[in-house]
Amino acid sequence: MNTKRLSVHIFGLASAALLSAGAALAADPAAVIRVGSLYEPQNLDNTAGAGQGINEAFNDNVYEALFRLNDDGSVTPALAEKHEVSEDGLTHSFTLKPGVTFHSGEPLTATDVKYSIERVTAETSKSSRKKSLSTIESIDTPDDKTVVIKLKSKSISLPYNLSYVWVVNDAAGDITAKEDGTGPYKLADWKRGSALSLEAFDGYWGDKPANSGAIFSYFTEAAALNNALLTDAVDVITSVQSPDALAQFEDASAFKISEGKSTTKQIMAYNDRVAPFDNVKVRKALARAVDKKKLLEAIWGDRGMVLGSFVPPTDAWYEDLTSVDAYDPESAKALLAEAGFPEGFTFTLETPNYDPHPITAEFLKAELAKIGVTVNIHVITANEWYTKVYQAKDFQATLQEHVNHRDVVFYGNPDFYWGYNNPKVTELVAAAEASDTEAQQADKLREANRIITEDAASNWLFLYPQIVVSNTATTGYPLNGLNAQFFLRGIAKE
Amino acid sequence: MGRYLLRRTFVLALSLIAAGLVLFVLLRLLPGDPAAALLSVGADEAQIAAARAQVGSDQPIWVQLGMFLSDLARFDLGKSFVSGTPVLPEIAARLSVTLPLTVASFLLAVAIAVPLGIISALRADRWYGALLSAVSQLGIAVPVFWIGVLLIWLVAVKWRMLPASGFPMKGWQDFPGAFRALILPVLTISLVMSASLMRYVRSATLDVLGADYLRNARALGASFPRALIRHGIRNGAVPVISILGIELASTLLGAVVVERVFALPGLGSMLLLGIQQRDYPTVQGVLLVSTLLVLLIGFVADVVQRLIDPRLRETVAGR
Repeated sequence: MNTKRLSVHIFGLASAALLSAGAALAADPAAVIRVGSLYEPQNLDNTAGAGQGINEAFNDNVYEALFRLNDDGSVTPALAEKHEVSEDGLTHSFTLKPGVTFHSGEPLTATDVKYSIERVTAETSKSSRKKSLSTIESIDTPDDKTVVIKLKSKSISLPYNLSYVWVVNDAAGDITAKEDGTGPYKLADWKRGSALSLEAFDGYWGDKPANSGAIFSYFTEAAALNNALLTDAVDVITSVQSPDALAQFEDASAFKISEGKSTTKQIMAYNDRVAPFDNVKVRKALARAVDKKKLLEAIWGDRGMVLGSFVPPTDAWYEDLTSVDAYDPESAKALLAEAGFPEGFTFTLETPNYDPHPITAEFLKAELAKIGVTVNIHVITANEWYTKVYQAKDFQATLQEHVNHRDVVFYGNPDFYWGYNNPKVTELVAAAEASDTEAQQADKLREANRIITEDAASNWLFLYPQIVVSNTATTGYPLNGLNAQFFLRGIAKE
Repeated sequence: MGRYLLRRTFVLALSLIAAGLVLFVLLRLLPGDPAAALLSVGADEAQIAAARAQVGSDQPIWVQLGMFLSDLARFDLGKSFVSGTPVLPEIAARLSVTLPLTVASFLLAVAIAVPLGIISALRADRWYGALLSAVSQLGIAVPVFWIGVLLIWLVAVKWRMLPASGFPMKGWQDFPGAFRALILPVLTISLVMSASLMRYVRSATLDVLGADYLRNARALGASFPRALIRHGIRNGAVPVISILGIELASTLLGAVVVERVFALPGLGSMLLLGIQQRDYPTVQGVLLVSTLLVLLIGFVADVVQRLIDPRLRETVAGR
């Protein structure tokens, strides 16, 4: 009896080993992936203002959610095994995957999920996702494996929004300096100002990762980050800040450069409430006066892409709208004259003090001077931007990089800092959210985006490239890094 | 001497309190709100209000001052607005990088500058005396980060002899790793620092060489080395120690540049991040601790000078 069971086990082990050997030839399952990053998390709680670094290190690595936002922009179930929606679309029932345990050893139950969602919607939450979950009316847990969410209004993006909600053990308490998630990795060590290390969690419910852990090393200086890869102190760096730096990694036998699609958009946002930017013709004139291709080349060389609207290609409602207000300084001048500014005008451009904003500002100043518009560049810190521009809305125009995914819906909110107010768009954004199918949602948002683009609500300049560089031994890392996520489980090292 | 020490300690405490008050006011004169560091684009009014209440920036400034002073009286530097962790242990952890970096750089710089400075003064008429003088002049002109970048490129990237940046996760528990991590930063600081120190040592030595007491000692029959050691070094040391105190203090504060170039988790990088995020407790804590250290260095330099030079003792303690 014993012998028989033993032989079965041996067979099982052998075939498992064969399978994994076939999947990744010569990959070392004991390898620790060394990641270099510029985004150190400020704490370990994504609802407490930790910054994008915590998404990079923890999303899907340490914490999982009911759904996962994949690297291609699709959303698939993670901890939810089944998702049922009632006829009226207001009641969503989720059945949890069986056999899932937290790193502390406690099993996952429905009350943990309820607790986790309420953490994000709580009054003290700093999560940028809080608003998108405000449609939730109540959360019930009829049994250990079932979560029932009742909504005030239909919400097609509920699974997407839930992909941002970490499932945390309800007994974990304060998680700003520790964790208790269900992911394939647990936190091993965290040294502020320096590094964070993760190790594979033995009790993980799913497939074992292709490595045994990871170390995120944090840098404040891009040059130091690049040197770390050059000197083999890290295996992969998550973001290259300028094309000049790439020349160091040209040696294809040692390094691999990959370019994915980011969601980071460099835009000049006008305050659409104030003159002259309350005038559509002025906004369209300024859009046509800027040679975005030249600007992109100056900053990113031949990488990245010119934007015609606020929607990046990883959103399902993307379409190429670069022809709407294409570069045409002559018609820009004509439009300005029609708007009552034949001699141009002067405005102040609030410019964050970090790259690439100052360069973009100088470029825009030169371009707009050609149509008679004078730009006063006012340099401010990120913190001032937040209080002066975002909160107080005390500005004429500003440069900003918007990093979020699916964020065109911001134009449906007339109270947003840029003050774009078109009731038709607000209505379409709301209707899209109440859609029955994702196709319908995409149609509605596509329509809204066309209107926003025709209105030249802001001046969308370019989409940053998402550049990841690694040594040639390391493979399987995500290329797009949506929502700053950096999935570790598939990364293999020879 | 005892009375002097007492008075000097009192002045030190008073300076520290004054520095704390100035810091508090200056920080709050900066535009921006610490609550913003906790929020991102998409936050609504209620979230902004909650964040302001959490960091206390919704309170009037005198209420904030009262809380700051009462915390300080209990030696509590508060909790970081952004990370929520207490500031004092964080500063202690950062000092375990910054203090060894500063002290080692200082000692190395002194070890380089004192002999070379004396040689370049004694042999000012020889070619190598002039060369040393010229090299030190060049060293003063070169910015510290440039030396750092150059050393990284040469030693770490080209030759792969030492790590380019970073500090081991286990800190000094990984002694060889921590030691290797600090070699290049220490070299960077001490090379630049020894250049300026050398010039002070050189001019102090030249002053001593031309002094009457040295000529007298020689006239009374002392050999030149004996006269120099017995009378020269003691006299020459007094102005050099003032300079050393100032140099040590500026190295401590100037380490911020080198820490950034070498990605070291020291006090300077903590301060920079704190300023960017308007994290008042962090900035106040770091600046108070570094002010204290600078004042202590000045204190020690003053005391040492009085131990060396009896004339200084009499003028102050006599009153």
